[in-house]
Parts: sequence; structure tokens; C-alpha cells
Amino acid sequence: MRIACPHCGLRDVQEFVYLGDAAPQRPDGLAATEAAMFEYVYLRDNPRGLLEELWYHGVGCRAWLVVRRDTLTHAIEYVGLAKSRKAGAAA
Amino acid sequence: MRYSGFTLISQALRGHTGWRPAWREASPKSTYDVLIIGGGGHGLATAHYLASRHGINNVAVIEKGYIGSGNVGRNTTIIRSNYLLPGNTPFYELSMKLWEGLEQELNYNAMVSQRGVLNLFHSDSQGDAFARRANAMRLAGVDAELMNLEQVRTMLPFLDYKTGRFPIRGGLLQRRGGTARHDAVAWGYARAADSRGVDIVQNCEVTGIAVTDGRVTGVETTRGQIKAKKVALAVAGNSSRTAAMAGMRLPIESHVLQAFVSEGLKPLIDCVLTFGAGHFYVSQSDKGGLVFGGNIDGYNSYAQRGNLPIIEDVMEAAMALWPALGRVRLLRHWGGIMDMSMDGSPIIDHAPVQGLYVNAGWCYGGFKATPASGFCFAHLIAKDEPHPVAAAYRLDRFATGRLLDERGVGAHPSLQ
Repeated sequence: MRIACPHCGLRDVQEFVYLGDAAPQRPDGLAATEAAMFEYVYLRDNPRGLLEELWYHGVGCRAWLVVRRDTLTHAIEYVGLAKSRKAGAAA
Repeated sequence: MRYSGFTLISQALRGHTGWRPAWREASPKSTYDVLIIGGGGHGLATAHYLASRHGINNVAVIEKGYIGSGNVGRNTTIIRSNYLLPGNTPFYELSMKLWEGLEQELNYNAMVSQRGVLNLFHSDSQGDAFARRANAMRLAGVDAELMNLEQVRTMLPFLDYKTGRFPIRGGLLQRRGGTARHDAVAWGYARAADSRGVDIVQNCEVTGIAVTDGRVTGVETTRGQIKAKKVALAVAGNSSRTAAMAGMRLPIESHVLQAFVSEGLKPLIDCVLTFGAGHFYVSQSDKGGLVFGGNIDGYNSYAQRGNLPIIEDVMEAAMALWPALGRVRLLRHWGGIMDMSMDGSPIIDHAPVQGLYVNAGWCYGGFKATPASGFCFAHLIAKDEPHPVAAAYRLDRFATGRLLDERGVGAHPSLQ
């Protein structure tokens, strides 16, 4: 498996660290209910098929990436920067 | 047909023409008392214990492929009960006791071999941690022995004791641990359950779970609708997908774990050995192949195949521990899909939907648990209360904070 990093080009998966599903958003710490925090920390959709996930290019540019990957075929459909997604740009 | 020396000899005299299939090819009936989704080790064991311990025989096991085609046929066959936490130790010890009587109970040769499981340690702190684990085991009535370097060297003289980056300092040995023939476990449970009237329905995929007024009423399958008073999920690897049919989200991610077998060799190693300075474990099958494995690949996957970096990683660990393996050729490798739970421990509990039961989250430790998992799941389904040794495997422990984090890495399934 190789990931096309927007900064570094097509790189081997060994250069990256996996975090997991990119969908859960951390609730605001002080305002969050216990239930919302539980859902954020523990519950996952875990789809068989397309999943947007967070990878960190630790051996390259050290950017956090959003990767849309098929969990059944391992085919990667899209790679973008997590930073630009957070700023509101289309992922 | 009961298997014995006598039936074997009489069949031999008749040219082996009288053997019957070990279980019937059942078609689904319209209604069951209990319907178990998943014809793997855990599902079949559950059916057997429901029928044999609780007298519930109107049971179906529904399997989308053929029985034993999932993780019960994809693991590295190790059985052990060397757990630390109070919620885990009695459960895995019950499993070990059931393994010890399994072949007599099932009248089936599961080739249970208590050849010993030796976990190596490579530093003082790791040795301290293993001593603590051994003490916890012995307090719970489980056998455990701490081995010093000389004892390990006597047992396994061929390991690298001279040049290792992480020199071997000793090990934790559980002599009652060992291996079992994984396919035979599935077949033995299937045959025993079938003989008590359980229907084993193969090539029948569940496509929906019917729920009316918060109570389960049956399932939709590729072979039509089946009604059931109780529905039990034992579909590790696909638990999230199946639970989603009943509107549930689980604290689980599916990950791929690879395993390996070498070409057949003369007897080399007579125990199960684990490396403590990397993730590598090995035993030798009766055919002579070295059966070994290491870490999960580390990303969500439903593909029953992995990638090359982990293969390299496992081989490196093998070479670091046992340099002679460098000349051994790999015969094949494969992958299975693990339910990686958020604390590394399983779930055996009611679902929020009435009449629905969940058996999931086995990470990569489900095979050794097969007998106790079936035993405790059957208890839960029959009596509607958890078996005492499985009482910690609650679905709500993630919300209440009563986690069973044997490894202590936090809510990161890829690191469990």
C-alpha cells in the first residue's frame, strides 16, 4: 500500500502512522456531556468500504493527512491535508 | 455415529465405506428458539453448550460461507490462560479447563496439545512485569513458572543468546498452554451440536435483523426470513456491520492480522514461544510447518489479506530471536479480520434490543477463548444473566469506565 502525500508524492505506507476514522470530532471539553465524550472516544462506524481516515506522514513532511480508502480493497481514492479540511475547505 | 477404536477398525475392514457426514446439511426452518449468526468456533460452541448444558435444542447456526471459513480456520492455534486482570484470568482459565476435557466431551480429536507456552522477557522491568503476571495467575489457580536464563537455555538451546540487541533474560512458562487443531475444533463442535438437533445452515447470509417494539423477532437472510425468539451475534470481524442491522454502533474497529506457515521441517521446537522485544510467536504443527505471526497491519481493513511491511517486520523479529530460521522458506501466509475493541478485551452481553445478544471484540485472542466464550454466551442466552466468569465483558463498560485494558494503551484499536 502506498499513499500519495500532497507534499511528498507517492510514498510507502511504512512512512505513515495511522490514527483511524477521521469523522469523530472532539466535543468542546468543558461543555461536552459524558455521552458525547463516550461516543467520540469509543464508538465507530467501522464501514466495510469507503472510510475517511487520518494518517500522519511521520517520516516525510510530518503533515496530518485525510485519506479516503476502501477498507475492503485497500484502494485509495483521495488524499488531502487535514489542515485544509479543518479550515473548512472541501475534503 | 460414535467414534472409537472399534468403529475405526470395523470401518477399515469394510474399506471405509460406512462413514457418515459429521453433520447434516440443514435447510432453515421458519422459526427457532435461538438463532446464532456466525458458524465459526464461538457460534458453534455456543450452540453445543446451549443444547448440552441448557437443554435448548431448537437452535440454528446461520453461516454466510461454510463453517470454519473465518477466523477459526485462520488463527495460529494457540491456547493459553496467562492473563493478568481479575476480569480476564478466571474466564481464560475456564476455557483452558474446557480445552482439557474437550475431546472426551465432543468425541472428536481436536488434537489438544499441552506443550507449554513460553513468553520470553528481555529486561529487568519486563521480568518484573512477568513476575507480577505469574503471581496473579497463581493466585487465580492457574499454573505459571518463572524461568531464569539457564532454564530457558536448557529448554531452547538454539535461540540467539550471544548477539541479541535485546538479550534474553528469562521467561514466563505456562506448561498447560499449547495448541489445538483449529479446524477440528469447529468440526467437533458442529458435529456435537448437530447430534443434539441443532441446525447448521451454511451458505446463508443474514441481511437484516427484524426488530418490533424494541424486541428482536428474527432475521432476513439470503434464504428467506427466519423467526427467532432470541438472536445471538458471534461474527467477530464483521460485528460492526451485523450490529448496525439492529441500529447499534460498537466500540470496535476491524483490522487485518496476518499469519504464516513455513515449509515442513523435522521437529525443531516443542513448545509455543513468544518474543518479548518485538511481536513474534511461533510453534510447530504436527505436519512440521512452523506456524508463526506478529502484529496486526494497523489500519482498518475487511480484506482477508495484508501488506508487505508487516511480513518484513515479523521475519525480522524471527531472525532476531532465532537466527537459524534465515534458511527456512515461507510456504504461505494469509489474513483474517479481527474485531479490535477499544480496550483489547471482548464483549459478551445483552444488546439494548430485547432478545439480542452480542459476542464480539475478541481482538486477536479469540481462538483460545472458544470453549469458554461458547459456554458463557450459552449461559447468558439461556438464563438472561451473565456467567460469573464473563461478568466483566459488559457492553456498557466503555461508558462506565470499567475497562479491561490488559495492555494499557488507551482507546486505540490499532495498538491493542
